[in-house]
Order: sequence, then C-alpha cells, then structure tokens
Amino acid sequence: MIAETDRGDELAGAVIAAFADRRPLRPVGGDTKRTLGRAVEAEPLSLAGHAGIVEYEPTELVVTARAGTPLTELEAVLAERGQMLGFEPPHLGTGATLGGTVACGLSGPRRPYAGSARDFVLGVRLINGRGQSLRFGGQVIKNVAGYDLSRLMAGAQGTLGVLLEVSLRVLPRPGCEVTLLHELDAVQALEAVNRWAGQPLPISAACHDGERLRLRLSGTRAGVDAARATLGGEVDSQGEAWWADLRERRLPFFAGDDPCWRLAVAPASAQPDLPGSWLIDWGGAQRWLRSDAEPDVVRSAATAAGGHATRVDDPGDGSSPFQPLPDALLGVHRRLKASLDPNGILNPGRLYAEL
Amino acid sequence: MSNDPTNPSKVDRDALVAGLRRVLPAEAVLDDPEALHPYECDGLSAYRQLPLAVALPIDVDEVAAVLAVCRDHGAPVVARGAGTSLSGGALPHADGIVLSLARLNRILDIDPVNLTARVQPGVRNLAISEAAQPHGLYYAPDPSSQIICSIGGNVAENAGGVHCLKYGLTVHNILALEVLTIDGERLTIGGPAPDAPGYDLLALMIGSEGMLGVVTEITVKLLPLPACARVLLGAFDSIPTAGEAVSSIIAAGITPGGLEMMDGPAIQAAEDFVHAGYPTDAAAILLCELDGTVEEVEAQIDQVRDLMEASGASEVRVAHDERERELFWSGRKNAFPAVGRISPDYYCMDGTIPRRHLARVLEGITALSEEYDLPVANVFHAGDGNLHPLILYDANKPGELERTEAFGGKILELCVEVGGTITGEHGVGVEKINQMCVQFNREEIDQFHAVKAALDPDRLLNPGKAIPSSARCSELGGMHVHGGQLPFPDIERF
Repeated sequence: MIAETDRGDELAGAVIAAFADRRPLRPVGGDTKRTLGRAVEAEPLSLAGHAGIVEYEPTELVVTARAGTPLTELEAVLAERGQMLGFEPPHLGTGATLGGTVACGLSGPRRPYAGSARDFVLGVRLINGRGQSLRFGGQVIKNVAGYDLSRLMAGAQGTLGVLLEVSLRVLPRPGCEVTLLHELDAVQALEAVNRWAGQPLPISAACHDGERLRLRLSGTRAGVDAARATLGGEVDSQGEAWWADLRERRLPFFAGDDPCWRLAVAPASAQPDLPGSWLIDWGGAQRWLRSDAEPDVVRSAATAAGGHATRVDDPGDGSSPFQPLPDALLGVHRRLKASLDPNGILNPGRLYAEL
Repeated sequence: MSNDPTNPSKVDRDALVAGLRRVLPAEAVLDDPEALHPYECDGLSAYRQLPLAVALPIDVDEVAAVLAVCRDHGAPVVARGAGTSLSGGALPHADGIVLSLARLNRILDIDPVNLTARVQPGVRNLAISEAAQPHGLYYAPDPSSQIICSIGGNVAENAGGVHCLKYGLTVHNILALEVLTIDGERLTIGGPAPDAPGYDLLALMIGSEGMLGVVTEITVKLLPLPACARVLLGAFDSIPTAGEAVSSIIAAGITPGGLEMMDGPAIQAAEDFVHAGYPTDAAAILLCELDGTVEEVEAQIDQVRDLMEASGASEVRVAHDERERELFWSGRKNAFPAVGRISPDYYCMDGTIPRRHLARVLEGITALSEEYDLPVANVFHAGDGNLHPLILYDANKPGELERTEAFGGKILELCVEVGGTITGEHGVGVEKINQMCVQFNREEIDQFHAVKAALDPDRLLNPGKAIPSSARCSELGGMHVHGGQLPFPDIERF
C-alpha cells in the first residue's frame, strides 16, 4: 500500500520561500513527462511521498488522491471496485503520478468517446505562486461555484500552481471489450470512423496504424455483440495489449529518427499533404506524423485542418513544442499566469518562453 | 440590489445613451423606462433593478462597438440571453447597460461529419437539437428551461440538466468560443480539434457568469441520438431506501441517461398537476432512464428493476412505449410549475452533495422547514447529487421572502458542511454571493478577483456577481466552513 502522507504544509512552505526569493521551481512527480515541454532551469520541487487516496466512494463515482500518488496504484484501487479513469491516461514511464498526469493533461485512446483528462477533473487543492494553499472545484459531479480554476490546471503543466490533490470523476469498467480489425487504407478508414461516430455505436477507440483500422467496442456483452454484427471485421485477440502500446507510445511507429509530431485536427478533415508516415488515432482527431517537413509547414497544415501541431520528440533547440499562440491569446495567458504566479516561479518557460 | 458603496456612479447616462445611439440603429437602443421594464429581472424575480439602457446589437461588430462605448464611459455591462437565470446572473446594474444577445440568434453551421454545430449565443438550447435531428444528432445538455434558454446563457452558467450524469455539463460539450474582451480583443478559444494549445480557457470561460468576456459564437459538440431510451419508475417507502437504490445502480456499473428522485410533496404536486399516475402514497420515487443500443438497454432494464426491488422498492414500473415514457417524465419535468400551482411563490435551491449524505441533508432540510415554518418539496438529480429543494412561500406576506432566503442560505451551508457545493448548475449570480464566503476562504476569493482582473481590470463585465468582495465576506464574519464546523451555527447570516 502506498504511504499516506500529506506534505501539503511543507510544500507550501517551500513555495513561500521561493516566492520571496523569486527563485524558480520545477514541480516533479515521477519525472516521466519532463520532455513534454520546454526545458526548465529550476530547482526541483518533489511531490514524492505526498501520496495516498484521500477519499474514494465508488458509488459516488469520485476519487480524491494526493498528487504524488503513483498512477498505477490509483488505477489498481479503482480496478478492485470495477472502475477506471475514463481518459485512459498515458503513463509514459514507470513512476508516473496523478499530479503529473493531470498537469500534463494527457489522454489515451478513449478520449474522443469518453472525454479528456480535463473533462474528468472535479476539483483540486493547489499551491499558487504565492505559496497559498487553495481549493477549487469540489468532490461532486455538478459544481459551478466560482471560476473553474480546477479544470484550468489540466494541461497547464504546473505553470499556474503546484497540484496537491485532485478529485476525479471515475467510470465503471465496461463489462465487455472487443477489438475489431478492418483492412482499409487511411482515407477509407477516416471516412468509415467518422460515419460510425455519428451513429449510436459503443465505439471506445479507433486507430489506423498506416495499414489497418482497429476499432474497440466497449459496453455490455449484448451491446458489443450487436455492434460487432453491424460493423463487421475480424476480432483482434491482441487488442488490449495493442491499445496499451498505442497509449504508451510503444508501437513501432514511435521508434525512428524523423521528427515526431502530434497533429490535433477536426476529426473528419482530409489527410494533410505532408511527407512521412502517419498513425491516425482518436477517430481522426489526433494524427501522429513522422516527417522531416519544416516545422512551419507542419503547423500550417494542422491549422488548415482546424487544429494545431505539437512536436513530440525534443527538437533540441529550445523551441516550444507547442503551436505558437496568437498575440491577443498570448496576452491573456500572460495576465492569467501573473494572476496565479505573480513572480513567475512555477515552471517558467515550460509551455512558452513568455509564460 | 445596491451597488458597491465604494464605487459611486461616475456614469453619465445621457452621454452613454448618445454613444450607444452612434453605433447602433435607433431601435436597437432602449432607454425609455417602459421599454426597460422587461429587462429588470431574470428568472430570479425577487431581485429587480432597471438598467440605464438596453443595447440590442445584431452582430459581433455591433457587440464590439457597444463594449467600446461602455469602456469609454466606464459603464458596467450585463450580458443577457433569454433571461432564464435562476440566480440573478442577468440582473441589471443600476449604472450600466444590459447587453442583450437575443438578436444574435442564427445557427451558422451544422457539420454532421465532424459532429459540431456553430451557433450564435442567442440560439435556444433546444433549437440546436432540433436543427441536428435530421442528421440523427443532438446537443446533450438539457436544462429544464431548454425550450427558451439560450446557448450563450448556458455557456455563461455552465448549465446542466437531467442528462449530465452520462453526458456531462455544458463545459464537456463545447468545442470553441469566440469571445470579445472588454478591451476590444477578439479571442478564438478552442476549435474543432481537441485540446487547444496553451491554457484551457474554455474551462475558465464556461461558467464565468459573463464576468470575463462576452461570447459571440459557440461551437458545440453533437452526439448521435441514442437508438433507444426507456424509463423505469420505482416507488419507495422512505428516502434512504430510494437513495440506496441509486447507489446500487451506480455500483453495478450502470450510468443511466437520467436518474431523478422526487419526494412526497413533489410527487403529490406533480400528480395533481399532470396526472402522470405517480404513486402518491410513496415517500420517494425514482425515475431511471436508460439509453443506448437496443440490446444494451434491454439488458439493463431488467438489471435496474432487480436492483430497485432488492433495495426495497414497493413498486417498479417500466414504461412500455414512448407515450408512457413521456407520461412518466411529465411529472418530473413539470415539477416546478406544479409546485407553483400550490403555492403563491416558490424558491428553487440548487446545492450538490456527495450522495451518501442524502438522508442527513434531507433530515436537516425537514428540520429547517419546521424551524422557518415554510414547506419544502424536493426534486433531485439523484445520480449526480444535485438537490433542488423548492421552498414554498408567499411574497405578499411581510417578512416571508426574507425568511425564505435565510432558510435557503441554511440549506446551502448544510450542503457545504457535508462536502458539497452551494450551486450545482444554476450559478452564484447575486443569489448565493454570501454563501461563496462559506465555500471559499479569503485567499481563494482573492484569487478569483485576481483572475477577473487579468481579463477585466476595470470590473465592467457583470460587476458584483458570482464573486463576493473580500470586504463582504469579512463583514459576514468568518463564515468559511472548516471541517464541517461552522462557527456560531446559531447566528443569522443574512
């Protein structure tokens, strides 16, 4: 069992001191997602040991845990009660924690059908850049008191606050899951998955690996069997392991030397005309690309498809992996950052140099 | 409502109206008291205030021009959709204007392949689903006012509804917003692709009660209409047994499309009104709607019936056709007007609690009902713990409204005490501003103000709503609840 320690006061003390000295801090859980943003020159603030499930009542569909809780432990506790994290979070290494997972806002293959990391956040306890411990949101599914600063933390990568505790909505594990294989090319697969997305089918993942389309069905046995009959295709007995490899970026696609990009686009948009190899996930909304195309070309193509591109591997030149923000939006980001972290000590520059 | 005494009016009314007339056609600026009258309140009619003027722009450029005039004159701006807020979110400011977005009412685009609809803020919630219906699609959040409420107002309040347990709140169903800041900047937040870069400003903007920006265009997510929806009605001899049935349904891994509870007084009022055939001798009924594929729903109907019976239901009925399904729902959907028939006025509360504390909270409400000598009927989004106690009162009896508000405040404090919240889906507005001091401490309130200042430094957008001043909380005297212990629990807090 995990250590049940609340280091909240001690961690707040460390932030108070850093605020006074204007000394930057880099909040660290399992340090599995360090390369997902720009490198930060700062003293690590370890959340290790600030762990444990604070409250879990399966019939409320809500769990609250400290940020340093290992994700594997949390998922095991939920699984014992037939529940799961609906956003199927990528761990990206051993030792991933709840705090880092939510701060990075990463979601797995189930995202387009069940929701994103942010969608499952109900509340947080955090330390802002002044060292104040604050609670936003709550432990109930419906809550609209005050600005929604809890969901704002998902994907902010620790630049707006140090997460201490997160309350998440959880989902029941489906009684039955089946993976179907369809021999389709990318264009046919995009057409098919977007057509099916508009129909009431229990699809929980859809990915084209360059050669074949995999569909995962989740639900009751009766519902899944009926959908199988409608959708056709062959059952992939290795489906579960394959989705885990996709989630953890362990598929052969992710090895290689060419720059790796993640394009988020409107799901039915046409395949961008870019050189390289593709892996199409999220029913078309997330398209992985290995390509030596110029960054500006990749980003323009993503914009044309209604979205944006993120460089996934480290380009090594200090540039932001994220699509640049328009000036007006960047201005809002800077003022928002200053409102939570006036001295700019929390993960400065991790998302963008200006933040 | 009085305005902030530390911020006396500096707005020159005539100059403001003249400024608005320069940027809008004559018929789009109202300043005659008769014409202003319909805007003096929203769905929380106990609070009334005439604005200086009402602006009725027809497109985003006119909205921008109105905001520029208000900025130049230092005039507060209260954005308004259909005016159905139950928390006074659209209550006018005495020194400001109401910015009606009702004329921005066009559905700009339905994209049946990417499953989105792009709409203007004045479009009615239900109109989106009606426009999507030919494609086999709909917009899931369904506040009870969905026939008339606007999607812009839904965004401002992060509106909920019966479908929330399975399909989420407004915040889970919006993909993009076009927002005008009070500084005149036009922001595109989110987009047709998931997970826009940078901070999740959609989460920040949705539910911000018109205090951070003015939304001029909205892209919503559409979902396929379920192949099948069926409803069960369970009758129970006590509220705790009905609560157990809810827990057992959730524990079995079933997520109903809707899971609603009504208590005895609500059942009686609804039955007298719409004759839904409700068992009026029951202490509580549960309505459980299951939606999905035909096969899935068939299997779950039997499972839920068994679970309700095992929890001690005195009777379980399954609606056998669409007509019966609508009949079962008619009582719940008409619960508010049904209560309106039996009482001159009623006051709808909106707390959310962890469901395991349901019995304790309802006992507390019963005790308060006796203490304040005001009857209560309870309707309850049981699946997600969202309570709507309806306090029955008569505004014409001196002191009764004040007693009702005090009673309502106590209910909300009780919700916070058990780990819940003062508002599940109606917003804070002016109504629950004192209870914000119970739910949040001084530093949290200050953080909200800092965020507000990041987007609206001069506090012109819906000032005085949703977030109380620190001074107000101090005056109310350390009401913040710590560990469920309210200091001086016997002191009146209004």
